[in-house]
Amino acid sequence: MDALEIARWQFGITTVYHFMMVPLTIGLGLVVAVIQTLWYRTGRPEYLRMTKFWGKLFLINFIMGVATGIVQEFQFGMAWSEYSRFVGDVFGAPLAMEALLAFFVESTFLGLWIFGWKQLKRGVHLACLWIAVIGSVFSAYFIIVANSWMQHPVGVEMIDGRPVMTDAWAVFTNNTALVAVPHTLFGALAVAGAFLLGIAWYHLWRRRHDGIDTVGADGKVIPGESEIPGRDRADHAVWIRSLRIGAVVAMISFAGTAITGDLQGKLMFEQQPMKMAAAEAACHDGTGFSILSVGNVGSKNCDDVVAVIEVPGILSFLAKGDFTTEVKGVNSLLEKYKADYGTHLPDNPIYGDRAGQEIQYVPVMEVTYWGFRMMIGFGGVAALAALVALWITRKGTVPASRGLMRLAVFGILAPFGANAAGWIFTEMGRQPFVVAPNPDPSGIDQVFMFTAAAVSPGVSAGELLTSLVVLTAVYAVLLVVEVKLLVKYIRGGVVSAMPELAHAPADENEDQTPPGGAPGKRGADDVLAFAY
Amino acid sequence: MELLPTIWFIAIAVLWTGYLFLEGFDLGVGMLMKGFARNNTERRVLLNTIGPVWDGNEVWLLTAGGATFAAFPLWYASLFSALYLPLLLVLVALIFRAVAFEYRGKVDTPQWRARWDWAIVLGSLVAAFGVGAALALTTTGLPLNANGDREGGPFAWFSAYAVLGGLAVVGFSLLHALAFLALKTDGDVRHRARQWFVRLLPVLLLPIAGWAIVLQLQSGKAWTVAAVVAAVVAAGLAWNFARGGAEGRAFLSLGVFLLLGSASIFGAAFPVVLPSTLNPDFSLTVANASSSDYTLGLMTIVACIGLPLVLAYQAWTYWVFRRRVSADHIPEAHSFLPAIAAKALAPKD
Ligand code: HDD
Ligand code: HEM
Ligand code: HEM
Repeated sequence: MDALEIARWQFGITTVYHFMMVPLTIGLGLVVAVIQTLWYRTGRPEYLRMTKFWGKLFLINFIMGVATGIVQEFQFGMAWSEYSRFVGDVFGAPLAMEALLAFFVESTFLGLWIFGWKQLKRGVHLACLWIAVIGSVFSAYFIIVANSWMQHPVGVEMIDGRPVMTDAWAVFTNNTALVAVPHTLFGALAVAGAFLLGIAWYHLWRRRHDGIDTVGADGKVIPGESEIPGRDRADHAVWIRSLRIGAVVAMISFAGTAITGDLQGKLMFEQQPMKMAAAEAACHDGTGFSILSVGNVGSKNCDDVVAVIEVPGILSFLAKGDFTTEVKGVNSLLEKYKADYGTHLPDNPIYGDRAGQEIQYVPVMEVTYWGFRMMIGFGGVAALAALVALWITRKGTVPASRGLMRLAVFGILAPFGANAAGWIFTEMGRQPFVVAPNPDPSGIDQVFMFTAAAVSPGVSAGELLTSLVVLTAVYAVLLVVEVKLLVKYIRGGVVSAMPELAHAPADENEDQTPPGGAPGKRGADDVLAFAY
Repeated sequence: MELLPTIWFIAIAVLWTGYLFLEGFDLGVGMLMKGFARNNTERRVLLNTIGPVWDGNEVWLLTAGGATFAAFPLWYASLFSALYLPLLLVLVALIFRAVAFEYRGKVDTPQWRARWDWAIVLGSLVAAFGVGAALALTTTGLPLNANGDREGGPFAWFSAYAVLGGLAVVGFSLLHALAFLALKTDGDVRHRARQWFVRLLPVLLLPIAGWAIVLQLQSGKAWTVAAVVAAVVAAGLAWNFARGGAEGRAFLSLGVFLLLGSASIFGAAFPVVLPSTLNPDFSLTVANASSSDYTLGLMTIVACIGLPLVLAYQAWTYWVFRRRVSADHIPEAHSFLPAIAAKALAPKD
């Protein structure tokens, strides 16, 4: 592998990894803020418990988002210095604004929320969480503005061979970003929905399995109590309510991704027609959406691909909103790209070993074709499962089946998969460009950059390989640790986030004293227990 | 003189100074987790002094980096790519440090805690050293060619200046952390921190003084030399206040020292942002590395709105958590958690 390929693998791996944490942070943050608001309004104990339990998991995940985000910020300069030089005038601004206007807000107010349970008034404390969550939505906006400019460069003029910003309004209201932001936010909510649903299912199942909850003759649940602290009737309310909220969030967010995704498809058809064709593995112009294509999807000679099941008209609907517009296939686009942007990379040292080579305009079609379908498929399956779950649990608990419980827990992964697939499709579908030229009238046609020219010329393949190996290894270790901790806290249930439950006066008996330790000091310092 | 680029040079100097001031003490507190803190309770006292604020402090680094990207893309690109491996180390250090703060208390065994304690100590040390080395090199120069790319292989950046800068930030952070702990804690930790501060001040400030003096010899101006002298006076005051038990004033004086020291360093470097040691013509300057006036104007507006807000709510955070932390405040926290979790998990049958 040469430096370019290593740098691409590194960027892909680190960003997709960052984006495992990001949607859970955004989605769960919103959900916890809503739940705490419910607690503030109603004062019901189950809402407090839900806030603390889901808040704890939120924090365990949040920190990994922070830790991996720093790598992203540095990486542009470290591995993609030519890219940074080329786009700096437009691209740096949203990144700097993200830090100044969003990250500061997020981290400061989250710190206040974590440690401020006792120091702050209830309303102020709740406001801190809301401010932090809104901060994370703003960070999503700014970073997607940056990303959307790479998909659809606007608001610039070429001066001395570099794009120079001339219209900030155009950059910050790029139509590509305005649809990608809600799409990504709904994608994040989908993750949170499945997360709540799966974990709540596990706990309801656990309560049945342990004989705490039973089911009456009418099939309705009879919530019970156990002598273990935290596993009382309110605990049942915690889980059934979490499950309901999760299922509803999952369904709404899928509808949201579908509507915004449809809008994205229409823009993509105008702005990056090759990506659209590659998403379909469509060689020839046509109107049909393939549900299954066989043959060698990855082959560059795309006449090998045969659509087995094809629904006529749907592709046109995705692209244009009617059923008859011919969507251009790879073959006819290829000619146009060659005519507009050349057949070979220029003989310029900036392209390294690739100077003068033929340009491969068709993205890797296995990835675009299957990426697109995995995104929609995983998202749809999760939404369908949520609907079924609502039905199954209408009498207040889950079936005693262990298999179903496992399915619900593993279902948590589906929206993660959809998100990753969406990004991988978007980013790899843009290749061979890192800044994609846009043939449509609203874009500026001659602003583009080949990925081959973007990598740092001064950095050796050895250095890049070192960082790829080191970062991947570190991330792998941390993934194991994070999942272990999440599992530990999930299994412990609400008490693991609210040790104070174990001190409730009613529970005062010798079992509560831990082996080899005095009962914890209480009062003003319980917040420290929530924090560290 | 170019007005907007100059303003942004100053803005970036301010961001770095803010970073060193704020994260300075939390990096230092991290390093003091071993050696200074004697037992688990003391370690938790240390952690709780920085718990609510360290992430907000770290964002100063991200903002300094992001602002450099936006205002001086060529500086950002050359500096970050030339220092590829050292910055990788900084990244790994920051990752482990961040994760360690959050995860350290999540499993109640001494081995688990010891492992994350080391992650905090080493993470803080390596991050401080690496940031210091990078900052020193951006003032003393790197072997850059005409395109701004590093010549001479992955370690071509290495020089005595890198070591000096690294030690400078490590030393300053340790001292700043001692001043901070004396101010934020009570009991034994407070008194020990003050003692250590008084004893170690001269040693810990030596490297940063060395760096400032090297730059004055290289490209000092009258006012920057004066700033160095004033900084030495501020350090003397800090020492005196600490001896007299005026912890707040000692902390502030040290802050003034940092302000003057970094003004003298950035001031002496100006208008070069990143010198090339191969050929002065290849050096990046405020004039040739900056973004367009349009972009800088936009960023100026954003900064004028954003920065005061940040300062206001971060100051409020310190106010909310102004109470001193002492060993008596530390609850048993999770020591009973495993018992309950185990019970909750025990099979019924
Ligand atoms: C759609 C949203 C989104 C996307 C596409 C990205 N991120 Fe991110 N990022 C977030 C949403 C987010 C977040 C939700 O705001 C995080 C997650 C956890 C957190 O603290 O904030 C975050 C954290 C985070 C941090 C740490 C902030 C802190 O210390 O508080 C940095 C430096 C970055 N990100 C940088 C990036 C860069 C350079 C990206 C582009 C490659 C990127 N992120 C993609
Ligand atoms: C603002 C946000 C983002 C920016 C600026 C950005 C920028 C880039 C850059 C510079 C590259 C390297 C050049 C290339 O190979 O195309 C890249 C590749 C890639 N990015 Fe993004 N990216 C962003 C967000 C994301 C996110 C959130 C993900 C997924 C979670 C992602 C996934 C990928 C992948 C998989 C690649 C490798 C593609 C390939 O090499 O073929 N990106 N992106
Ligand atoms: C019917 C459903 C959906 C449609 C039609 C759809 C459509 C699209 C399209 C066209 C893009 C590419 C945008 C571009 O490259 O210009 C995209 C990207 C993406 N999709 Fe979807 N999508 C759907 C469902 C989902 C679901 C369920 C998720 C996640 C749970 C998801 C997550 C993403 C992400 C993260 C991206 C990349 C970021 C972006 O460009 O916004 N999508 N989607």
